[in-house]
Amino acid sequence: MAELKLIGGYPEYMRESIKLVEKTRPKRVGKLPPQMTMEEREEILNLCHPDYAPGGKRPISIGPNKGDIAPNEVVDLLEAYPLIEPDEIDLNHVDYDVDILIIGGGLAGTSAALLANDSGIPVNRILLATKLRHGDSNSIMAQGGTQAADRPEDSPVIHYIDTMGGGHFANKPDVVKALVEDAPKVIKWLCDLGAMFDRDKNGNFVELSGGGASRKRMHACRDYTGMEELRVLRDEFRNRGIPVLEYYPAIELLTDGDNRVTGAILVNLETDEYKIVRAKAVILATGGFGRLHIRGFPTTNHYGATADGLVLAYRAGAKLRDTDTVQYHPTGAVYPQQIVGLLLTEKLRTAGAQPVNKYGEAFVFPLEPRDVEAAAIIRECYIRDNGIVTPTGLRGVWLDTPLIEIVQGKGYIEKSFPAMVRMFKRFGIDITKDPVLVFPTLHYQNGGVETDPWGRTNVEGLWVAGEVSGGVHGKNRLMGNSTLDCMVFGRRAGMSAAEYVKSYKGDGRLTLDHVKRYIKMLQDAGIKPDRRSPILLPDYRGKRVLARMIDIF
Amino acid sequence: MEDRKSIMDRIAETSKVATTGVDEKDIEHWVTIYIMGKAYKVPAALTIMQAMEYAGYRFIRSCGCRAGFCGACATVYRKEGDYKLHAVLACQTRVEDGMYLVQIPFAPAEKATYDINSERCDISTVLKYYPELARCVSCNTCTKACPQDLQVMDYIQAALRGDLATAANESFDCVQCGLCAIRCPAEIVHYHVSQLIRRLYGKYQLPEEQNLKKRIEEIESGKYEEEFKKVMSLSREELEKLYVEQQKTREVY
Ligand SMILES: Cc1cc2nc3c(=O)[nH]c(=O)nc-3n(C[C@H](O)[C@H](O)[C@H](O)COP(=O)(O)OP(=O)(O)OC[C@H]3O[C@@H](n4cnc5c(N)ncnc54)[C@H](O)[C@@H]3O)c2cc1C
Ligand code: FES
Repeated sequence: MAELKLIGGYPEYMRESIKLVEKTRPKRVGKLPPQMTMEEREEILNLCHPDYAPGGKRPISIGPNKGDIAPNEVVDLLEAYPLIEPDEIDLNHVDYDVDILIIGGGLAGTSAALLANDSGIPVNRILLATKLRHGDSNSIMAQGGTQAADRPEDSPVIHYIDTMGGGHFANKPDVVKALVEDAPKVIKWLCDLGAMFDRDKNGNFVELSGGGASRKRMHACRDYTGMEELRVLRDEFRNRGIPVLEYYPAIELLTDGDNRVTGAILVNLETDEYKIVRAKAVILATGGFGRLHIRGFPTTNHYGATADGLVLAYRAGAKLRDTDTVQYHPTGAVYPQQIVGLLLTEKLRTAGAQPVNKYGEAFVFPLEPRDVEAAAIIRECYIRDNGIVTPTGLRGVWLDTPLIEIVQGKGYIEKSFPAMVRMFKRFGIDITKDPVLVFPTLHYQNGGVETDPWGRTNVEGLWVAGEVSGGVHGKNRLMGNSTLDCMVFGRRAGMSAAEYVKSYKGDGRLTLDHVKRYIKMLQDAGIKPDRRSPILLPDYRGKRVLARMIDIF
Repeated sequence: MEDRKSIMDRIAETSKVATTGVDEKDIEHWVTIYIMGKAYKVPAALTIMQAMEYAGYRFIRSCGCRAGFCGACATVYRKEGDYKLHAVLACQTRVEDGMYLVQIPFAPAEKATYDINSERCDISTVLKYYPELARCVSCNTCTKACPQDLQVMDYIQAALRGDLATAANESFDCVQCGLCAIRCPAEIVHYHVSQLIRRLYGKYQLPEEQNLKKRIEEIESGKYEEEFKKVMSLSREELEKLYVEQQKTREVY
């Protein structure tokens, strides 16, 4: 059979449906379906959200969160044996002896390093270790923007209420207060370092709304927001000469035997050699878990998003929270096949794009909180059967992007969404002329390691910041609150750890006692030693090759 | 109506192309690519990155965001019978029959270090740190090598004319993959140069935002403390009521 003939990137049968979208487009301008009431939200979540559907989760059977519910894929990693044999590791030879070790090179880790340095820790007493290159992270992919309530119509209190409501009021109030109060400061910090946020003719920020946000407060840099934020911070980091180890993931924390974190074991991904780091304070900023493909969903996340930080912290006794919810972004690509799961930023909807079904009908208010919006799209595809089926059998609805220029004027898409235009153009689709096919995709780890407003955990010597942490977003994060979270709590963790270091009283003993205890717990719970974690990287090798592979070196 | 669990199972089943890698039995169309000269038959619908994985590679380097934002997967290829050397991102390029490809996981390039707070915002600063910029012969090889299709040579020339605003804006979509620098006969490191230019421009040429400045002063003066105290002492029900009211006053476009 010949390959499907494509017209402007789409097969004939999809073109039929696009015609219907075009037909209804003029009538849909300025006319949005009503927002859902709280009761309607509840109802649709129960009906269609992956978190609420039966299956997919189970209670954690050991450790500080014993009994809490989490996705199977996460529990599998918590109920797994370490990569190392504790007795075979030589802890007497210390390769790096520093004040602050930062694990993870995204926005959270980079912010922490800069603020630790600002707070008086000399650069050569700081070390940042990261799994891939510095910056290969979820942070660099953030497209839509960063929230900060700085317009006169807005206030930190309004931002607070939006965040609590979006999170189903499960958020930790004092941490949310820190988030919204520091937000304008973070934007100022970035501007002072030279970040180029979008401006209008008068030099004011162009600010857009976001799902669940009642005011326009999204600060964007085209649709490369995270890339701009991260590369500016990374450039500053490099200018200061802060030491960094790339392709050196942490595979275990070290403790003094007395529940205080005192360092970590890193491994060189290319040579497999391990290195021992002693540190007075450790800041964990390892990001999220999209590459676990929770419930079999595709993901928007970078290659290294494998929940390593959760595993390491949990073994050291840190408490997790809100592990039962996962964020599925309403609009991931489902066509063409090459980009399944990749993100179509929510900013497209804030700029005017609407989700519509195969008949060209709008079926949901475009800016509901993410969980609600995602559930509505799943209902449209799988319960009402109004989705479009792709050649590989996936279903999706249209995101009507050409509508944006009817609302915002010609040329707006090229100017504000160069990344989106580019991504689709590479596969033959012009998003200024044609809609794109979307379906929810695994996006964000809502919960994580519990912290206070300074990034401190219940384990002494251990801070967390960014996506690996839990509490600030409750059960559902709002758009633009995550890059913000990374920078607010990365900065705070850096400052707080610096203070701690100055009056440090520990003796810096390095042990793996906590790991030995954890292994004992696993054995006592009857868990078989066939799973190991952290997994570090996912494996997408072809099945045929894997079946015929032999181990020769 | 299908039950909720079986819907989730169906989604998982059809998503396998993106979660566990493709299964040979589902593939109808194949192409042959040459990874560093060695031939592999791979499904035609994959990106270069996915095809290399299908062929048995497990990446450590050359794979970061998998979505066209980090520049880790810089790749060059030639097609059989074609003189042209193409430069692309492996995660954003579909395989084609007869591609001879290799990845460039690392670009050796000197980055200048500077204190952004004590630099002048003009081209003399850029030339001080990157004097080789003046060696640009306008050959346009950088532009041809750019997988983002940026007008690299044009922004370098704009900078040399002293127009940092144009250079900053035209270079903005750079993912810093390093392909321009590797191809440049004048040995310019465009992506580090433009990083310096954007920071100078962002810091010194963009005006201070007034709303932002005012809001920070307000927060620091404690203006919102009372209101926070009130809102934070509400019961969940009261807070929810406030939230519902607030959502009704929402600004959309
Ligand atoms: C496609 C996409 C778009 C997004 N858009 C937005 C947006 O518009 N607005 C918004 O606010 N948020 C957005 N987000 C969310 C936001 O970008 C992330 O949640 C946030 O940047 C996470 O930052 P982080 O520093 O915590 O983690 P990351 O940026 O993921 O960084 C974690 C780092 O730790 C490294 N690491 C992992 N494990 C280890 C280990 N064992 N040892 C050492 N290092 C390790 C990783 O490789 C990585 O470099 C988006 C996310 C994605 C994926
Ligand atoms: S892997 Fe990041 S650009 Fe391709």
